[in-house]
Amino acid sequence: MKKTFNINEKGYYGEFGGAYIPEMLYPNVEELRQNYLKIMADASFQEEFHALLKDYVGRPSPLYFAKRLSEKYNTKIYLKREDLNHTGAHKVNNTIGQILMAQRLGKTRVIAETGAGQHGVATATVCALMGIECIVYMGEIDIARQAPNVARMKMLGAKVVPATSGSKTLKDATNEAIRDWINNPVDTHYIIGSVVGPHPYPDMVARFQAVVSEEIKKQLLEKEGTENPNYLIACVGGGSNAAGTYYHYLDNEDVKIIAVEAAGKGVDSGESAATSVLGKEGIIHGSKTLLMQTKDGQITEPYSISAGLDYPGVGPMHAHLYKTKRAEFIAITDDGAMKAGMQLSKLEGIIPAIETSHALAIFEHKTFEPNDIVVVNLSGRGDKDLQNYIEYFNL
Amino acid sequence: MNRINKKLKEEKKLLSIYFSAGYPNLDDTETIIKNLEKSGVDMIEIGLPFSDPLADGPTIQKSSTTALKNGMTSDLLFKQLEDIRESVSIPLIIMGYFNPILQYGVEAFCKKCQEVGIDGLIIPDLPVDVYSEQYKSTFEKYGLINIFLITPQTSEKRIRFIDSVSNGFIYMVSSASTTGAKTGFGDDQKLYFERISNMDLNNPQIVGFGIFNNETFAQATQYAKGAIIGSAFIKHLTKDGTENLNDFVSSILSDN
Repeated sequence: MKKTFNINEKGYYGEFGGAYIPEMLYPNVEELRQNYLKIMADASFQEEFHALLKDYVGRPSPLYFAKRLSEKYNTKIYLKREDLNHTGAHKVNNTIGQILMAQRLGKTRVIAETGAGQHGVATATVCALMGIECIVYMGEIDIARQAPNVARMKMLGAKVVPATSGSKTLKDATNEAIRDWINNPVDTHYIIGSVVGPHPYPDMVARFQAVVSEEIKKQLLEKEGTENPNYLIACVGGGSNAAGTYYHYLDNEDVKIIAVEAAGKGVDSGESAATSVLGKEGIIHGSKTLLMQTKDGQITEPYSISAGLDYPGVGPMHAHLYKTKRAEFIAITDDGAMKAGMQLSKLEGIIPAIETSHALAIFEHKTFEPNDIVVVNLSGRGDKDLQNYIEYFNL
Repeated sequence: MNRINKKLKEEKKLLSIYFSAGYPNLDDTETIIKNLEKSGVDMIEIGLPFSDPLADGPTIQKSSTTALKNGMTSDLLFKQLEDIRESVSIPLIIMGYFNPILQYGVEAFCKKCQEVGIDGLIIPDLPVDVYSEQYKSTFEKYGLINIFLITPQTSEKRIRFIDSVSNGFIYMVSSASTTGAKTGFGDDQKLYFERISNMDLNNPQIVGFGIFNNETFAQATQYAKGAIIGSAFIKHLTKDGTENLNDFVSSILSDN
């Protein structure tokens, strides 16, 4: 059998993945598992999915050669402009796919979790588009610090429900969404926002995000005469933009993969979200993966200045890429990310999301050859982070 | 014979009580267990608290969070249970999520359970297929009965499969809900209880979720071997403490 870094037929990436779920969730997850590939393979699904990506999201997103950034680091840097998508990030690729999935499964109610609110907004957007009821769970603390996104979701017709349990952030919002699904097993589809959760979610979300690497291949061939960059770089929280960036290159080991995690105030500071280094194998939200936890198996609260990287686990695909050393994992601090975000703004006229700024900070940590083609997923725009930038730089 | 199997052979409807170890106070575990047995409870589920209890409603979430804040750990729980079998003879089951058990080491955890006299485990997020492929032999080696859940949405085929893997009882979740979420049983539940009862399974069923008084206990046990109370008992502990458990238990068992 050919070696693959992708998922196997049992729903595992190597030893990671699976569906560790209470029996109450089994019928929902099983219904999805039995149908998702069939539905996605259907011609009418693909047609509708791609039409919406083109006309509603604005795809293909450009692959932009960042000339001044490339000059500064003496290498060839391309930015995959997911920040130009409708709603401002890669998240919408997945929610478009999943809302079409929900419709085909006959679901009339959609729930989602959100941390910073980007996935919540992307879900509320597609629900408005399709006229489907939408409930978004969001940690009470996140609701307070992400007011503009809460307002967006409300304008889009979604109900935002505060998660008041545990640490009142993304992890708890996810718990609440799962509890909602347990209580509403028949009419509801749960749109998970990243390549996390029980199988088939990590695979399904990766497939919807795979449009990113599919486009990179074509665009790079036009610009450089080759489909293959030397490096692919993406930030990883749960890991959906990274999964999309890597997807079509997973088994092509000529293309090196770099995953950038949030070190927060430093990997050893006690305030970090560098899951691969700090995590240990365990179960979170129905998936066996690497996660940050106490030695007694209680899940701990990560820290990063970027709410989108602030997740104590990581998608099972990435846990496998880490374990097998297929990907190189690098952790970038808050400070490193903020500087890289400011630098991109000044050099290229693009204000990136702070999540994305972590990926951009790679160039201060690793030297590339002048002829290297380095593709960075510019996963989101920085509008939502202005307040953070203002406070950090005293703007 | 395992205490659970022996208990299931008794000619009576069984009352099983759940509580979170380490709640309301860290050292209440032994007191609660002893007082429950004295009050006539048939079986006890000791909750091993977890930071992210997905299947639980607000009451058990809060008791778990408090228990963890109080300092409860797997090691401490086993220490508290060290001498429990000197005074308690009813079946004791540990109910907990899989991650803390995985971190302890599944085999080490099972071994410890056997040492202190635990009879079975309920691990809601350990799926039956993973259990039967990877862990069944370990559980059996240490004489532990693993209890699986079914819900109104569980297919007949899957119920048969769960029945074939089980060797104690089947935990019948009364409705599509997290713990403590519903009030009272309607026609849907009765039809579901009846449907399962008519399947003639090898393992008796004990109903959990949504039982909080003598009426719901009576409704559940009309079709099943017994019923489990969790959230309602925790509310009682919160209000009245650990001493007067007799009042609570007799209020459930009255008229039965």
